[in-house]
Amino acid sequence: MKNLLEVKNLKKIYHDKNGEIIAIDNISFEVKDGEFIAIVGPSGCGKSTILSILSNLEEKSDGEIIFGKDEVKIGYMLQNDALFDHRTILKNTLIGLEINKDLNEEKKQRVINLLNTYGLGEFINKYPKNLSGGMRQRCALIRTLAIEPDILLLDEPFSALDYQTRLAVSDDVYKIIKKEKKTAIIVTHDLEEAISIADKVIVLSNRPSTIKNIYEINLPNKSVPTKNRKLKEFSDYYNMIWKDLDVHV
Amino acid sequence: MSMYSLEHKEFLKKNKRKKLFILFSQIFILIFLIVMWEIASDNGWINSFIYSSPSKVLDTIINLHNTNNLYIHIFTTVYETLISFGVGTLIGIGIAIILWWNKTLAKILDPFLTVLNSLPKVALGPIIIIWVGANTKSIIFMALLISVIITIMNVYQGFISTDVIKLKLLKSFGANKFQILTKAVFPTNYSNIISMLKINISMSLIGIIMGEFLVSKKGIGYLIMYGSQIFNLSLVMSGIILLAIVATVMYYVVYTIEKLIIKD
Repeated sequence: MKNLLEVKNLKKIYHDKNGEIIAIDNISFEVKDGEFIAIVGPSGCGKSTILSILSNLEEKSDGEIIFGKDEVKIGYMLQNDALFDHRTILKNTLIGLEINKDLNEEKKQRVINLLNTYGLGEFINKYPKNLSGGMRQRCALIRTLAIEPDILLLDEPFSALDYQTRLAVSDDVYKIIKKEKKTAIIVTHDLEEAISIADKVIVLSNRPSTIKNIYEINLPNKSVPTKNRKLKEFSDYYNMIWKDLDVHV
Repeated sequence: MSMYSLEHKEFLKKNKRKKLFILFSQIFILIFLIVMWEIASDNGWINSFIYSSPSKVLDTIINLHNTNNLYIHIFTTVYETLISFGVGTLIGIGIAIILWWNKTLAKILDPFLTVLNSLPKVALGPIIIIWVGANTKSIIFMALLISVIITIMNVYQGFISTDVIKLKLLKSFGANKFQILTKAVFPTNYSNIISMLKINISMSLIGIIMGEFLVSKKGIGYLIMYGSQIFNLSLVMSGIILLAIVATVMYYVVYTIEKLIIKD
């Protein structure tokens, strides 16, 4: 399979008046078309920085980012659904197209279809306050999908949800991403979440973050995240990566 | 609705009784104060020449009404207040947008704004009269100074505390500064700005009365000032009561507009 994205020796230094901090250093990995990648690491290790750089929100200090084709569109799903209270669900999901001045009847219809397919059809003209936490997250995902991205970046997308909702929503999001055949990179501090959802887990070290290990997750009978969690191999991977994370309390 | 439990009905009844009690107490205090004021001045417990009395105030207001002066004074004050309120709000929001757009400019101007904000604007009165002239323009200018600066500071503060996640979201879609302003900063501060209007209408009124104290030939501020100069304390009291009514009505008009605009 072709590489959709290749990151080589990525480095980011943050500057403030007290000095400089190397957030990430020597980060290299490849993402193939249709792959689901998870980046895990201790909190504050600079996981999100990688996504910020990939989506052009921050400048890299050094290294290379090579895309597999000429124009790669990036969709970014944030920690918090960031829905606008004054916009209807439909208008919220269309905001990306609006900003890119790319909104036409056909694309609008496509988004309406997505909303219908993923159970938000009856809320199209409602406001975010009418949605549950899980529905809001689904809405945020459809907003990201609306611009038809080649790569989806998910930055701790479930961290604002309670545990039960979190499990249900990660199944939801996983199914949607697979059904829409999207390539995705998820950043999370939750090891179980990473193993249950991803094809490949990249483990980062403490600051300055470098790659400790990359695991291919080969679960037999791989299914949705909640079912993957019950597989025997799941805990094997868990124990292996847990050692890597080197957590001291 | 009749399906409610007895306990719930009792709860509703209790709530209603409490509300009635509060309303009743409010009306009672008002009537009590007015009656005591009247009795005290009628019986000579207080000097009615200095403290006036409700009946005298009423006479004064009826007198103003009969000579057709009442409405000219009220109209003048309301008119001046509305102009300074409208212009002040627009200029204030405009400058807040400029400062949000250019953070360096905002940092440069910050100490100047802080000083201007803490300076009692009435101190600028004499200068304003000399520069702008002893006329209505001076009065409006005075009120503008008060409302504009507070608008700039409040609206700008709201603008820069716009949810960073929302800004990040728009930036991730490649939004430019204008789009960020119109799609996130302005709409998410909408209710903030509307409640700003409530403060602004009061600020404008304060400014206008201050201006009318300094230079005016009509208006409620003029009535109060003129009354004190000729030692007609009933006129002063009438002015204050008219002002209280005008202020309350204007506040409630803005409040109602706010309720209408922000439905939820």
